[in-house]
Amino acid sequence: MPHDHHDHDHLSPSGHPYRADDDTDLSYWQTMEIAVRELLVEKGITTPAEVADQIETMDARTPSNGAKVVARAWSDPEYHAALMKDASAATREMGFDIGPLKLIAVENTDDTHNMIVCTLCSCYPRNLLGLPPDWYKSRAYRSRTVREPRSVLAEFGVTLPENTTVRVHDSTADMRYIVIPKRPQGTENMSEDELAALVTRDSMIGTGVAKTP
Amino acid sequence: MTQVVRVKPMMPPGHVRTPIYLRGKIGTIERSLGEFPNPEDLAYGRPATAKTLHRVRFTMAEVWGAIAENPDDTLDAEIYEHWLEPADAT
Repeated sequence: MPHDHHDHDHLSPSGHPYRADDDTDLSYWQTMEIAVRELLVEKGITTPAEVADQIETMDARTPSNGAKVVARAWSDPEYHAALMKDASAATREMGFDIGPLKLIAVENTDDTHNMIVCTLCSCYPRNLLGLPPDWYKSRAYRSRTVREPRSVLAEFGVTLPENTTVRVHDSTADMRYIVIPKRPQGTENMSEDELAALVTRDSMIGTGVAKTP
Repeated sequence: MTQVVRVKPMMPPGHVRTPIYLRGKIGTIERSLGEFPNPEDLAYGRPATAKTLHRVRFTMAEVWGAIAENPDDTLDAEIYEHWLEPADAT
């Protein structure tokens, strides 16, 4: 009975709730963005195609870039040393365009676990990990991670031994951070490509650990 | 710059990248990062003077006192030099 919807009026035919149309007025800053963009196009400083290309470039960045860096650091002691010394130069050397970004790699070990947060806004190593997840930008994550990192970790399913030191890194200024997760056991004979598949986005933010094979 | 530093407990208006929860807290310089244009100028389109940026490490006990989740865990943040003073200054 196609019209027998009395119990399900709030669901679309696909079974999901209808989402309200976005009919609110533009905010001041949205209007400002459109005005500046149109002026830049009118004056020949940029083109709509360039803007679209830039969005495509940003969307094309994924955590697999960071995973390749981690897998190489796990496999190649010389690269590992270079990455810990100057992560900007070491990732550039792998062909990742990290732009003006200054990158610091922090490494998880048997007795240390690192976690990244930006309490002031949403600083994130986008060039290596892509766009940040929504929760990374939430007030809850930003305020709780500096105050109760172990509780936040537990909610992500990560429980650490008492004697592990948690080091939280608040990206307050010009640096961006990537966590080098601990290499899982039983991966001694794996290739870099196989290793990269174990490196999750969350393991490079420090809210997760690398997958075990 | 001494290794043990206090974040100045200033409350200036404007765009400031020193989190309030760290103001007045004592930490140690983990590493120095070189000079960067002062964001307090950049934010307003003013010519920015170069300021040395440091990574300062605090214990959770120092930041949160008795309510720290685990006193020996640490928090690192990037703080500009003009926000730091020797910890023995009064």
